[in-house]
Amino acid sequence: MVNVILPELGEGITKATISYWFFKVGEKVKEKDDLVELTTDKATFNLPSPCSGVLSGITHSEGDSVEVGQVLALIDNT
Amino acid sequence: MDLKIIDLGLVDYLEAWDIQKDTLAKVINNDLDSALILCRHYPVVTLGRGASQESLRFGNEWIRARGVKLYNVERGGDATYHGPGQLTVYPLLNLGYFKKDIHWFLRELESLIISSLADLNLPVSRVEGFTGAWIGNKKIASIGIAIKHWVTYHGLSINIKKDDLANFGLIRPCGMDIKVTSLEEELGRQVSVEEARSSLLNKFSGRFGNN
Repeated sequence: MVNVILPELGEGITKATISYWFFKVGEKVKEKDDLVELTTDKATFNLPSPCSGVLSGITHSEGDSVEVGQVLALIDNT
Repeated sequence: MDLKIIDLGLVDYLEAWDIQKDTLAKVINNDLDSALILCRHYPVVTLGRGASQESLRFGNEWIRARGVKLYNVERGGDATYHGPGQLTVYPLLNLGYFKKDIHWFLRELESLIISSLADLNLPVSRVEGFTGAWIGNKKIASIGIAIKHWVTYHGLSINIKKDDLANFGLIRPCGMDIKVTSLEEELGRQVSVEEARSSLLNKFSGRFGNN
């Protein structure tokens, strides 16, 4: 199981808002697929999937604010 | 770094959007270093991810009946209007070559607008917390970007012709009840899109063209 974590997005950026999930729980994802779109200031940022597998869980919904370093999703890569 | 300049002239939003996405894929795949798309759009309102129905002052059909197209797009920010009297610029840059910092890039875009318009003897500034370029409490340029694999797309627009400002009345620009202005209104003379284009292109090439 691989944790998808909100990475550093820049100096002083401590959080971002989830604006769109490209996949639903249970769906197959491939490495580098756009997994989730985040918004900060006047920018959106697509976070790619770190590996191929099945999206087995998401911890936050669209509209939620998340902090850098927080787990956003779990991918079953077994 | 090679900055490919793609000048589309007056173009439909969807056509430019497709070209943006094609160019984005090339930059992501390293088939192209970077690109700068410059264009003017036929009247269109775009709704960024921060927009809601409150962002529009009128219903969708009423807006479309005025000949203004309406699209939801994947950039950050709220509602904005684009028209033929604006210069719209889409930088497709791999921030991995510069700095992987979203807010830094937004401030860089503001700086490029500010220095470009300073060349035209127009003092504009940034307002903390309100991304864009301002003359007092009036907005002259808007910014809204998207980033994929640390490559930027979407971008900025500068209001040039004063007769193209009326359609901003269709929306609440950036979701707020703010005033917008144009280069012509502020300089009190006719300004060609070419003047602003030349200045902005010069600044962009200097900042992002040769790293």
